[in-house]
Amino acid sequence: MRSRRLFARGALILGLVFLYAPIVSLIVFSFNNSRLVTVWDSVHSPTLKWYGTLVHNGQILDAAWLSIRIALTAASCSVVLGTLAGFALARFSQFRGRLLLAGMTTAPIVMPEVITGLSLLLLFVALEQLIGWPRGLGAVTIALAHITFCMAYVTVVVQSRLTGFDESLEEAAMDLGARPATVFLRVTLPLILPAIASGWLLAFTLSWDDLVITQFVAGPGSSTLPMVIFSKVRFGVTPDVNALATILVLIVATGIVLSTIWMRYQQRRRERDEQLAAAANL
Amino acid sequence: MSDPNSAYVSLSGVTKRFGDFTAVDSVSLDIRRGEIFCLLGGSGSGKTTLLRMLAGFDTPSAGTIRIDGADMSAIPPYERPVNMMFQSYALFPHMSVEKNVAFGLEQEGERREQIRRKVGEILELVKMSGFGTRKPHQLSGGQRQRVALARALVKRPKLLLLDEPLAALDRKLREHTQFELLNIQQRLGVTFIVVTHDQEEAMTLGTRLGVMNHGRIVQVGSPADIYESPATRFVADFIGSVNMFEGQVRGGTDGAGAYIESAELGCTLRAERCERLTAGATVWTAIRPERINIGRQPPAQSGGSAENAVRGTVREIAYMGDMSIYLVQLASGRMLRVTLPNITRGAERALARGESVWLSWHGSSPVVLTE
Repeated sequence: MRSRRLFARGALILGLVFLYAPIVSLIVFSFNNSRLVTVWDSVHSPTLKWYGTLVHNGQILDAAWLSIRIALTAASCSVVLGTLAGFALARFSQFRGRLLLAGMTTAPIVMPEVITGLSLLLLFVALEQLIGWPRGLGAVTIALAHITFCMAYVTVVVQSRLTGFDESLEEAAMDLGARPATVFLRVTLPLILPAIASGWLLAFTLSWDDLVITQFVAGPGSSTLPMVIFSKVRFGVTPDVNALATILVLIVATGIVLSTIWMRYQQRRRERDEQLAAAANL
Repeated sequence: MSDPNSAYVSLSGVTKRFGDFTAVDSVSLDIRRGEIFCLLGGSGSGKTTLLRMLAGFDTPSAGTIRIDGADMSAIPPYERPVNMMFQSYALFPHMSVEKNVAFGLEQEGERREQIRRKVGEILELVKMSGFGTRKPHQLSGGQRQRVALARALVKRPKLLLLDEPLAALDRKLREHTQFELLNIQQRLGVTFIVVTHDQEEAMTLGTRLGVMNHGRIVQVGSPADIYESPATRFVADFIGSVNMFEGQVRGGTDGAGAYIESAELGCTLRAERCERLTAGATVWTAIRPERINIGRQPPAQSGGSAENAVRGTVREIAYMGDMSIYLVQLASGRMLRVTLPNITRGAERALARGESVWLSWHGSSPVVLTE
């Protein structure tokens, strides 16, 4: 009994170390004074100087700004398209080309990224020759590529939410005199909004840190943040990358903690409500 | 239009097919203004499909539906003068009780003051006044049922469709709500069409019943009509419990009724009330368990002649509190079900298992069925 508990605790600690040790070391070394990433300068550390250089590094700031813009665009557009596709797949059990649509929307999830990237590159180049759009590779083509694969994820999320959707709610709205558009806006949309929001967040993160597909469709002068980091690392890791990564980790961690607290709160409120309702059941 | 007995809802030859399966099979039916019409049937009998066609969620494969004289074929659900209360209640989970009830009125573009007043009135009617700001998940099952009713009634529809309105409530609450529904229906003068699989619910609610089986309406009539004079074996068996015997009509129907010989029963059946029967034809006779007398002595009026009286042995006694159910085995081996009210305390101990008894019934009790 006792040894089993010890084993469980040991496994837990090992697991946590395995997952978080790299991140912790990255954060620690971002405060290192030395130019050499792997050597800890115990005399002048900790220091914030890499954070200082980061603020003045135009290349990184530009790349971060571009990444944010692309991620926002990709997430928003893919949410609209993915919701429509998810809706069509969940609601219409039979129509011409349903299987094709289902296959096409989920293909980017299973396809190797290299192939998705390459095929998109070929498509963009061919399109430019045929109709003159998109004009060269750059932010536009990156955004289009990101929309393509993010949409697949949003479709899956929305579709699974709609599969468990009680359709009598929509019928009730229609029965009360609401036209189909009103039914969608006032009943369906608010109820699948959590799925759409999580789809948006998923799309944003996927777009934000995508490297492989972006490499294919990016043009000169349009480097996203992951591309800049990757190219910097190839010439040897510089400590300011550590500082940048630490900031990113901080942002993500804050987001997760806040959403966890919010969900806990909602859960507890819901449980209390249900208990009250059960108590009133006479 | 003003004739209160004219058909308010009129179905003629309504059929609904899903692929090869016929869910509703050429149903023709007239429903009068202001009545509570119960569609009663088991699962898969087509009653819910019929209701959905009235609401406009399904379109008939054939036949026409008229409401107040107007053909409903091309009218979408949101333009029909009909509201529906769903079995699951289908309350919008993201809206408060008030918002749920106001939804229908908002679609008509009524003024906000007007909406607030009407919502207040209807919540008062269903005794949910204090709950306007609650969300559906903060309500108990019975409260949700009331909100669903209020939401369906707030637009003052001429016709309200109710899909198993009481199925989700527990027994005590169900009885209470049943009478409240009747009360509200009478106060507002709405025509109700209720779908249910629960015969008790149908009997207490309905002014008329339509029994459905395999997509067809088998019998339409008042609750008493259907219980006392079922048209077919299915109806007799579906409504209440019944003892059914196969037998042959003996020639010579006299003033006292028809005579039927049944080998299963082991005596001659005399049925006072029945249609004209052909001698020698095979018929089925149904006798309700509560119409059978049970006693140790042979019944006086039979005078030894084996007519509407038979001997048997008590095999099982089930004590239900208000009544007891006796299973009596006849000489042929057939079990007969007899129920007796427990009029006095300890009445259930009057007969013992294994005791030999006489069963008898009045000549008006047997119902003779030809199909």
